[in-house]
Amino acid sequence: MAVKVGIVLAYLVLAPFIGGLLDGLDRIISARMQRRKGPSILQPFYDLGKLFSKQLIAVNNVQLLLNLSYLVILMIAGAMLFSGADLLMVLFILSTADMFLIMAASSDSSPYANMGASREMMQMMAYEPLTLLVAVGFYLTTGSFHVGDIIQQPVSAILWMPGLLVGFMFTAAIKFRKSPFDLSTSHHAHQEMVKGITTEMSGSALAIMNIAEYYEMIVLLGIFFLFFVNSTWWSWIVAFVICLVLFFMETLWDNISARLKWKTVLYGCWVVTLIAGGVNILILMLDR
Amino acid sequence: MIPLLIGIPAVLAVLFQIVRNEKARGYIVYAGAGIIMLTTVVFVARWITAGAQTQMFYLETETIDHLMTVGDVFLMCLIIWLSVKHGKVLPIILSVVQTGIVLYTEFTAEVAEAPHMMADWLTILMCVIIAFIGGFICIYTVGYMKGYHKHHTEVKDRQPFFFSMLFLFLAAMFGLVLSQNLIWIYFFWEITSVISFLMIGYTRTDEAVNNSFCALWMNLLGGLGFAVAIAVMAQVSGSLQLLHVVEVGAALPLMCLALAGMTKSAQLPFSTWLLGAMVAPTPSSALLHSATMVKAGVYLLIRISPALEGNLVGIIVSSIGGFTFIMASMMAIAQNDAKKVLAFSTISNLGLIVGCTGIGAEETVWAAVFLMIFHSVSKSMLFQSVGAAENTLGSRDIEDMHGLIIRVPKLAYIMGIGIAGMYLAPFGMLISKWVALKAFVDSGNVILVLCIAYGSATTMFYWTKWLAKLICYHIPRDKVKDVTRRDEYVSMFFHAASMLLLCLLLPAIAVFVINPIVRNLFGNTHDVISMSVLTTMAIMLVSIFIVPAVMFFVSRRSHKELVPIYMNGVNNGDNRFFINSFGGQDHLYLSNWYLRFEFGRRHLRIPSIIVAAAVLVVGFCLVIGGVTWL
Repeated sequence: MAVKVGIVLAYLVLAPFIGGLLDGLDRIISARMQRRKGPSILQPFYDLGKLFSKQLIAVNNVQLLLNLSYLVILMIAGAMLFSGADLLMVLFILSTADMFLIMAASSDSSPYANMGASREMMQMMAYEPLTLLVAVGFYLTTGSFHVGDIIQQPVSAILWMPGLLVGFMFTAAIKFRKSPFDLSTSHHAHQEMVKGITTEMSGSALAIMNIAEYYEMIVLLGIFFLFFVNSTWWSWIVAFVICLVLFFMETLWDNISARLKWKTVLYGCWVVTLIAGGVNILILMLDR
Repeated sequence: MIPLLIGIPAVLAVLFQIVRNEKARGYIVYAGAGIIMLTTVVFVARWITAGAQTQMFYLETETIDHLMTVGDVFLMCLIIWLSVKHGKVLPIILSVVQTGIVLYTEFTAEVAEAPHMMADWLTILMCVIIAFIGGFICIYTVGYMKGYHKHHTEVKDRQPFFFSMLFLFLAAMFGLVLSQNLIWIYFFWEITSVISFLMIGYTRTDEAVNNSFCALWMNLLGGLGFAVAIAVMAQVSGSLQLLHVVEVGAALPLMCLALAGMTKSAQLPFSTWLLGAMVAPTPSSALLHSATMVKAGVYLLIRISPALEGNLVGIIVSSIGGFTFIMASMMAIAQNDAKKVLAFSTISNLGLIVGCTGIGAEETVWAAVFLMIFHSVSKSMLFQSVGAAENTLGSRDIEDMHGLIIRVPKLAYIMGIGIAGMYLAPFGMLISKWVALKAFVDSGNVILVLCIAYGSATTMFYWTKWLAKLICYHIPRDKVKDVTRRDEYVSMFFHAASMLLLCLLLPAIAVFVINPIVRNLFGNTHDVISMSVLTTMAIMLVSIFIVPAVMFFVSRRSHKELVPIYMNGVNNGDNRFFINSFGGQDHLYLSNWYLRFEFGRRHLRIPSIIVAAAVLVVGFCLVIGGVTWL
């Protein structure tokens, strides 16, 4: 129990820092890929500091409240994951959190934010089937939805669900807001939908949204972690290294691909889900 | 007690034909609904104090049997008369054939004496749903119909008829869920078909008449299935008990009853009638979708589901259910008419329930009952709020509900709770999805797992965009006056409160209501869902309410300056206008995303009907073929 509380507290305290560092790393790697030098690894923290110091302006009175709810519910989802609770529930809460972000964006009746919110909904529709199938895959391989049980298996789950890992890598790019799937928002404000879902967020509200994204990033990496971890101690190190590699691959993918049209994203994700995820699940079920 | 439950609404139905004064009628409706609820409470309380055991009633009922025969013939004559009047042939054939089969069976077959009615946990739950949700819908109707006839002056005011039908519907539903003898169930089943037909045709426009006949023939087809099931049961096992159908487990009667259940619950390929039913005034939709009609179909399927586990009939039922779940939710995306969205979501949710019953395991039936409870409450609430919004805004287009939270906050909150109840994380629908998904995996049905995975994604899309539309903050173009009457609000607040209570008391309901139902149906049962999961759910639920509430106060403390939204610097005045490329002023208009060309009904309806019909026909061929081979 004490260990669990410790892990959860560690998650709640450390996740934004690790997320920020990863973001900084991402920016350096991206810059090097583009033959630039890139900012310091601490740049995301400087950015956050600046955002928090700004005068608070808003387009309405509810956006901040919805953004804060987004943050807190993501923290709850993460806390559940790291305390070893039910994986399916974690995924459901994750979607609920995203719902608050969509509400925050659409609450301001702004054309660009609304467009971003619509696209965010579409993206949810694209990745949702696979995340559910991932949970089902863990249930089929380990006999439990509980993260606490999943990590104590003698053999890593990846041996049984490689298709699901491929699918999850594919759709996780949406969650990481990486190209080619960064339809609902972008890192650069000069595109056709400005900044999409975050167009009307500024100052503290934007900072809160960024921190929430860091929490989400750690939750997703935590799920990747689950694919590789087993009851041996060294599997934790292996899983950790592989997670870093996977994160590097997402960055690579971000840099070598252009943004796709929404239809390609939706159908692409659904087809990958069906082929990689569905077939994997089918084999697991037949094997039982 | 049972004659009172069925009798009081029936007597009230007659009373509305006599008392024509509008004010008096209103009071009679309030009093009547109150009496029905009170009777149900007394009935339930007496049943529980008697030990909450399964009770059987009415062993010898010769007079009533004869009266029911007369009733069946009367319904047949009514259908023939109305069909001839409107020049329709199909309903006449279906009605004559099925009444013939039932009468022939009744007079020739040797059937063992057995009780005709039964009260067990499922019956009690259904009675509570019918009495309370149905009762409050009746109360809501009083205020709604006044507003309705103010808006729709072209429709002839036939309110006495409408109220008679509402109460008769409740009476028939009580009869249906309490009956145990197939011929009795069939009688009440036919009454609900005919009443829904009459209610859909309320406005008497061409569209309404056509849609009502569509509903009639589809439900009569289900009735035909029911009649065949009765005949086969009488021949095969010499018993007309619903319990024996489950015990014997013969494929053909089960398939026929499943067909009846699926037509009533508007599964593909029969979902057209429920969409057509939208032409009627909103309370009838609320009643058809939540407390009666479609729930009758689901009720029958839940009753027979223990016999469906792992056999061909079960596979057919669950595939059609799963297929309906995903197709209806996809079609819902392309709709901007609020009532159409609700109709598609009903069909899709019922698809999930039917899928669960088709698997027929304890877990799935548990999930099915749970889904049914939550669906009843939130659908009734959503229909009522949409109806009230239609009377207030003069439109039921979701686009016109832009920023309803500013214009009519009370309705927006009620609608929001209803929508959240239908799909958001810790609300009840989701826990049942959780259980259903687990049970589908355990039963090894990969198709259903995929259906639920994709279906919940599409479900999320259409609800989220509606919810997002409601909470858009903006400066309204014109002020609207909330014309919703007090009795309408009473009903809606009751539903909203019960929705929240159901969520908060989730563990208690699981333990004290749903586990006994599953135990009744399956004999002994283990806990489907562990207490720890339930408590987690309760904690999450509280957090989902508390987090935004706390954040409300946190964010209020911050001093912020309100600025206009970003519009490329072409804002004009406030957020409502921008300057177009000709230098003129244009209104900003934000629309939702409907994916019409991808998920429109035009593209998906016909193929999905063909696929579902094919599954059904092949299923019937296999079942009938299987019977002769054995």
